[in-house]
Amino acid sequence: MKAKHQRLTLAILAVIAVIGAGFLALYGLRDNAALFRTPSEIAAAPVPVGQAFRLGGMVADGSIEHLPDGVTIRFLVEDETASLPVLYSGITPDLFQENSGVVAEGALNAGGIFVAETILAKHDENYMPPELAERNLGGEASQ
Amino acid sequence: MIAETGLAALWLAAALCALQLLFGIAVLRGNSDELSSAVRPVAVVQGLLTGISFLMLIWLFLRTDLSVELVALNSHSAKPWLYKFAGTWGNHEGSMLLWVAILAVAGGLVALFERRLNERTLIATLAAQAAIGLGFYAFLLFASNPFARLSPAAAEGQGLNPLLQDPGLAFHPPTLYLGYVGMSVAFSFAVGALVTRDVGAAFARAMRPWVLGSWIFLTLGITAGSYWAYYELGWGGWWFWDPVENASLMPWLAATALLHSVTVLATRDSLRAWTVMLAVVAFSMSMVGTFLVRSGILTSVHAFAVDPQRGTFILALLVLYIGGALALYGLRVGTVREGSQFEPVSREGALVANNLLFTAILGVVLIGTLYPLIVEAVTGEQLSVGPPYFNSTAGPLALLLVVVMAAGPLMRWRKDDWKKVVNRISLPILIASLVLAILMLAVSPIGILPTLGLTLAAGVGAASLAPLWGRKLRRTPLFTWGMVIAHLGVSVCMAGMAFESSFSEEVLVASRPGETHQVGPYTITFLGTEPVAGPNWTAIEARLSVNGDPEDLLRPQSRMFSSPPTETNEAAIRTAWNGQLYTVIGNGDGSGRWQLRLWWKPFVTWIWLGGVMIAFGGLLSLVGRVRRERRTAQREAYA
Repeated sequence: MKAKHQRLTLAILAVIAVIGAGFLALYGLRDNAALFRTPSEIAAAPVPVGQAFRLGGMVADGSIEHLPDGVTIRFLVEDETASLPVLYSGITPDLFQENSGVVAEGALNAGGIFVAETILAKHDENYMPPELAERNLGGEASQ
Repeated sequence: MIAETGLAALWLAAALCALQLLFGIAVLRGNSDELSSAVRPVAVVQGLLTGISFLMLIWLFLRTDLSVELVALNSHSAKPWLYKFAGTWGNHEGSMLLWVAILAVAGGLVALFERRLNERTLIATLAAQAAIGLGFYAFLLFASNPFARLSPAAAEGQGLNPLLQDPGLAFHPPTLYLGYVGMSVAFSFAVGALVTRDVGAAFARAMRPWVLGSWIFLTLGITAGSYWAYYELGWGGWWFWDPVENASLMPWLAATALLHSVTVLATRDSLRAWTVMLAVVAFSMSMVGTFLVRSGILTSVHAFAVDPQRGTFILALLVLYIGGALALYGLRVGTVREGSQFEPVSREGALVANNLLFTAILGVVLIGTLYPLIVEAVTGEQLSVGPPYFNSTAGPLALLLVVVMAAGPLMRWRKDDWKKVVNRISLPILIASLVLAILMLAVSPIGILPTLGLTLAAGVGAASLAPLWGRKLRRTPLFTWGMVIAHLGVSVCMAGMAFESSFSEEVLVASRPGETHQVGPYTITFLGTEPVAGPNWTAIEARLSVNGDPEDLLRPQSRMFSSPPTETNEAAIRTAWNGQLYTVIGNGDGSGRWQLRLWWKPFVTWIWLGGVMIAFGGLLSLVGRVRRERRTAQREAYA
C-alpha cells in the first residue's frame, strides 16, 4: 500500500466507525429513551402499556397505602388536574412522603396502574428531581 | 490572613501563567531567544504558588474558619477531621481549585523533568498548558473565588452533604481530577508538537508517561467511584449509566484508545496524525466531563451549586479549547508526515481496530449522555436515557473489543498471517467453547450478554496470559507484564459483571424479629432493631444474625443526619471469597415489621478487583517504560 493510501484508508475507517456509532445510537435511542410525563399528560395522551417512562408529580395527601405483604405500597401521584395510581415494591427513598414531589420510573400495566421499578425523591432538603423543580411540582420541597 | 495568603498566591500564579504563555509565544515567533530559558522556571514557580494556595484552603477547612464563606457553607465544626480535610474539595470552588492546582503542578513537573524532547516543542507545550490554565484561573478568580470572606462570620457551618461524608471522598475526586488534568498535559504535548511540526516517535515517548499516568488515575477513580456508589447508596448496583458516571467513563475510553495508539507511535512511528487526534479527543472528553459535573446542568450529588453564570463560563471555556484544538489540528495536520507502513493483519492493524471500537463506544456513550440535554434545550421535552440503551449499544461493541484484545498482543508488528494468529489463540478458543457449552447445557438460560460475557471472559483470560508462554519469565520486560496483568484484569472485571448480573439473588421482605430468610448460601435471622448514635447522626440499626450464629451479626443502618437534616441508608456488607452478602434496612410499619432487602451477589468483588488489576498493570507498564527510557538516555550519554 502506498503511503497516501494507508492514511486515506485509516481516515475512511474512522469516519465509518463514527457514523456507524451514530446510527447505532439513534437506533438504540428510538427504542430506549424514556419520556417524562405528569398524570395530566397521561390522561391527555396515554402511553402504551409496558412502555417505560418516568412519571412525575406530587404524592397525594392521605393516599399512601401499605399492602399486607409489608413491602408493597400503593399511592396516587397527582398534579393540578389529574392523578394516577402507582404500585411500588421496595424500600422507599428516605424523603418519600405525602404532599411531596416524586419521580417514578416504570410502566403502565393492563389495569392502568403505573408499576414503578424505582422511585426517586429528594436526596436532602435542597435537592429535588430537576423535572419537578422546573414544573414547580415540588410543593413545599421546592424551597 | 490564611485566606488572603491563599488568594494572593492564586493571583500571582495567574499572572505567572499569563507570563508563561506570552514568553512561550515570543520564543516560538523567534524574536526573543533569550526568554527561552525563563519559561521553565516560570512554570515551576506557578505550580508552587497554586499548590500553596490549595494548602491554604485545606488549612482553612481543618480549622473550620467560619469567616470564610465557603467553609461556613460547606463545613461544620462537629465533623470528623477526615471530612473537614476532604470537604475542601467536596464543594464547587474547592474542587475547581484542586483542578487548577493539579494542572499547574503537572506543568511544573513537565518543566522540571522533561529533558529529551526538542526544546522548542517543550516550550510550545508549556505555552499550551498555560493557555488552558489561564481560562481556569479566570473562572476561579472571577466566578468561583474559594477565599471570599463572610462578614460577620457565621456562628456555625451548614455542614457537608451526608452522602459525601465517607472516606471515599478523600480518594475518589482527587484521583479522577489527576486523570482529567493529566489528559490536559498529553493534549499540551500534542499541541506543542503540532505547533513546531515535531509529531513523531520522540514526541510520543515524552507524552506516553503522562497518558499512562492519567489513565491509571482515571481507572482507579472510576473503580473507586463505582464501589463507593455501590455501598453508599444502598441500591445494590455498581453502575447506573448516570450522566455523571459517563462523564468519567468517556475520558477513560478516549484515554485507553490513546494509550494504545501512542504505543504504536513510540515503537513503530506509525499512526501520527491519528494519535494527535486522539489526544485532542481525550482532552475534549475531560473538558466535557468537567462541564457536565461542574456546570450544574445535571442535578446530582456531584453538582454542588446550580448557578447559570458558572455553567455558561465553563461552556465557553469548553468551546474555546475544543474549538481551538480542532482548528489547530485542521490547519496543521497536513504538515504531519506519514509514518511507517503496516499490513492490515498485524499488531498495528489490531491496535487500529482497538482504536476504532473505542471511538465507536465513546460515540455511543457521548450521544446517549448528551441526547436528553440537547432534546430538552431544543424541544423542551424531558426524557432520560438509561441502562437499556447503553447495555444494548455499548455492550456488543465492548464484547467485540475484547475479542480484538485477546488476539492483538499475539500478533507480530508490521505483518502477520491469519492462520498463524488463529493457531496461537487455539487454546483460549477451546477454553471459551468449553465454557459456552457448559453455560448452554448445564445452567439455566441467563441472557445473551452475560453468556457471551462469561464465555469471552474465560477465553480472554487465557489469551491474555498467552504472551508469556514460552518466555523466560524473569527476562520478560516489565511493560509486557503490565499489559498481561491489565488484560487479565479486563477479563476478571467482565466475569464479575456477568456473574453479578445473571446469578444474583434478591429478597425483599417485611420481617418481624425472630424470622429467618434464605438468600444465596446464607440464612439470615432478623433479631431486632436498636437506636444508635454517631458524632453527627442518629440511626436505627438492624441486627441480622448470619447462619444462626448470634455472635455473627450484620448491622445495616438507616441514618438521620442533623446538619443538613438528611437520611441515608448504610448497607451492611459481608464479603466472602465467592461474593458479597449485601443487607439494607428500610422503614418500620409501626406494627413491629421492618423492611429488609437482602442480596447475594456472587463474585461481585471481581468487578473492582479487575479494575485495580487494570490500574496495576498500567503502573507496571509506566515503571517499565520510564526505566527503559532512562537506560537508553544513559547509553546515549556514554556513546
